Amino acid sequence: MQQRNRLEPYFENLVFEREDNTMVVNFGPQHPSAHGQLRLILEMDGEQIKKAVPDIGYLHRGMEKMGENMIYNEFLPTTDRMDYIAATSNNYAFALAVERLLGIEDKVPRRAKVIRMMLLELNRIISHLFWLATHALDVGAMSVFLYCFREREYAMDLMEEYCGARLTHSSVRIGGVPLDLPEGWLEHLNWFLNKLPEQIELYEGLLTENRIWRMRLEEVGVIPPKMAKQWACSGIMLRGSGIEYDIRKEEPYELYEEVDFDIPVSDRCDSYGRYLLYMEEMRQSIRILRQLIPMYKETEPQLMAHAPEYISASKEDIMTQNYSLMQHFVLVTQGMRPPVGEVYVPTESPKGELGFFIRSEGEPYPYRLKIRAPSFWHTGILQDLLPGHYLADVVTIIGSTNIVFGEIDR
Amino acid sequence: MAQHQVNSLANAGLPVALTTVDKLVNWGRTNSLWVLTYGLACCAIEMMASGASRYDFDRFGVIFRASPRQSDVMIVAGTLTKKHAEFIRRLYDQMAEPKWVISMGSCANTGGMFNTYATVQGVDRVIPVDIYLPGCAPRPETLQYAVMLLQKKLRKRSIFQKQKPKRLV
Repeated sequence: MQQRNRLEPYFENLVFEREDNTMVVNFGPQHPSAHGQLRLILEMDGEQIKKAVPDIGYLHRGMEKMGENMIYNEFLPTTDRMDYIAATSNNYAFALAVERLLGIEDKVPRRAKVIRMMLLELNRIISHLFWLATHALDVGAMSVFLYCFREREYAMDLMEEYCGARLTHSSVRIGGVPLDLPEGWLEHLNWFLNKLPEQIELYEGLLTENRIWRMRLEEVGVIPPKMAKQWACSGIMLRGSGIEYDIRKEEPYELYEEVDFDIPVSDRCDSYGRYLLYMEEMRQSIRILRQLIPMYKETEPQLMAHAPEYISASKEDIMTQNYSLMQHFVLVTQGMRPPVGEVYVPTESPKGELGFFIRSEGEPYPYRLKIRAPSFWHTGILQDLLPGHYLADVVTIIGSTNIVFGEIDR
Repeated sequence: MAQHQVNSLANAGLPVALTTVDKLVNWGRTNSLWVLTYGLACCAIEMMASGASRYDFDRFGVIFRASPRQSDVMIVAGTLTKKHAEFIRRLYDQMAEPKWVISMGSCANTGGMFNTYATVQGVDRVIPVDIYLPGCAPRPETLQYAVMLLQKKLRKRSIFQKQKPKRLV
C-alpha cells in the first residue's frame, strides 16, 4: 500500500478516520508469535476483535510451479521445505502419491514400510513437541519451551542418525527408503521411547492443571463441529471438535491396519481440548513405535520396490549388470514416465490431511501438481474464529491451530 | 579484601587492569549481541533450536529480541519473497546503528533452490549482509560459529569510527 496523499498523516498499521470508531491493527508478517509470516488485519473495538482478515503469501515460493518443471525424484527434496517441522511426512505423502500413480504401492518391501512408519511417527512426535514448545512460549510458559526442545533434540538425533539431516530429511524415496536402519538405532529409539512418557507427564504436570494455562486456553478458539466441517478442518482441529476422523483409520496406508492405536477425540471444541489431544497423540505415537520395533526384526532386508520401469535397481546390480546401469542412466537423466492419469492421495500428517494431487500426461514431468496442505485451511478459519475474542487471545488461537507457513504459501 | 586484611599498596600494587576504550567497549559489545529474530522459513526452526536448551545461545550473550529498536544483529533465517522484501528493508532501517546482518541459509544467501518468480535471489539485494552462512538448513552450531565470526569482526573495529555505508550486491 502506498501513501496516497503526502499531506495527510500516514501510518500503515492504523487508519484513524473511521465511521464506526473501530481501530485497525496490523499483526505481522514479522511477528514473533505469528508462527511464520502470517499477517492479520484486525479491526478492533477496544480490546475486542470485530473483524479479522488473514493475509497470506509472504512465503510463497512457487513450489507447485517448480514441481511441474522437475522430474519426480527431483521434486522430493523440495517437499521437505513445506512443513519443515515434520519433513518426512511431506516426503512420504509425495512418494505415496507417485507410487499410487505408478501402481507400485503394493510392491514396496515390508521393511521399507516399517521404516517409513517409524520415521512418520517419530516426525509426529517431533512436530507435536515443537507445537507444545511454541504454543506454551506464546502463552507465556517459557520453561516448557526449554523442556520440549530438550526432548525434541533427542528425536532429532535419531533422525540425524538415520538420514544425516536434522531438519530437511528427504529420508523417503519413491518406491521405498534409501537406507536400512543403522546399527544400534533401535536401541536408541527404545531409550527415547522409554524416556519420553515421563517427560510428557512433566509437561502435563506443568500445564494441565495450571491455572493460568487453563484461563488462557479454556473457552478460547471454540470451533463447533459444523464450523470445523465447513472450513475443511482436519487432523486435531477436527478431532478437537468431537469428530472422529483420522486418515490412518479411514483410508489406511502403509501398515497402519496392522498396528494397534487409538484416535483421541475431544468434545471440548476449545484450545484446551486440542492441547489434551496433542499430548494423547504423542502417547499413541509412542505406542505405535513400540509395536514397530518387533515388526522390523521380522522383515526381509529388501528396501526398494522392484519395478525396473520406474525405479533404479540396487547399487550392486547397477555396478555389475549392464542393463541395470542403462536403466539407471535413463531414469536419472530423463526421469520416470508414469502412465497417463491423475491421482489424489491423502495422508495424515501431524497437522492434518496432507494430500498430493498429480496429473500425469505420460511425461517425466507432472502436468499439474497440487498440494492440499492442512495449514492452509486452518488459516482460513481464523477469520471466523477470531471475532469476539480479545487481542491477547489471538496468539493462543494461532498457536492452537498449529499452522506452518511453508505449507500454506508453498 | 578487607576481611582478609590485604593491603594492596604495600603488598603487590593496586588491582588495576589497563585497557583501551576500544577494547573495553568492544568487549561489552561482542558479548551482548542482541538479535532481531527474523524467522522466515525452515532456518527459523534451527535458529530457535540454537536458542533453546541444548545449544543455548545465551552463553554468547545472544538474546533474541522481537523489536528492531533493541537489537544489534539481524539474523535473516529463511526464504525472502518479493512480497516480504519491503518489510525487511523497513525493519533494517529501523535498527539503531551500529548494526550487522547475518544471512542464514542458502535461501537468504542466494535464493537457494527456489529460483522462481516469487523469491528474492538473496537478501543482499535488499539489505547489506556481513556474514553469509551456508547450508540448508544450517545446524545450530554453524549459526553459533557465524556469531563468533561476527564477534571477531567487531573486535577489529574502532568505536570512534562511524559505520561505513555498506554496499548492496
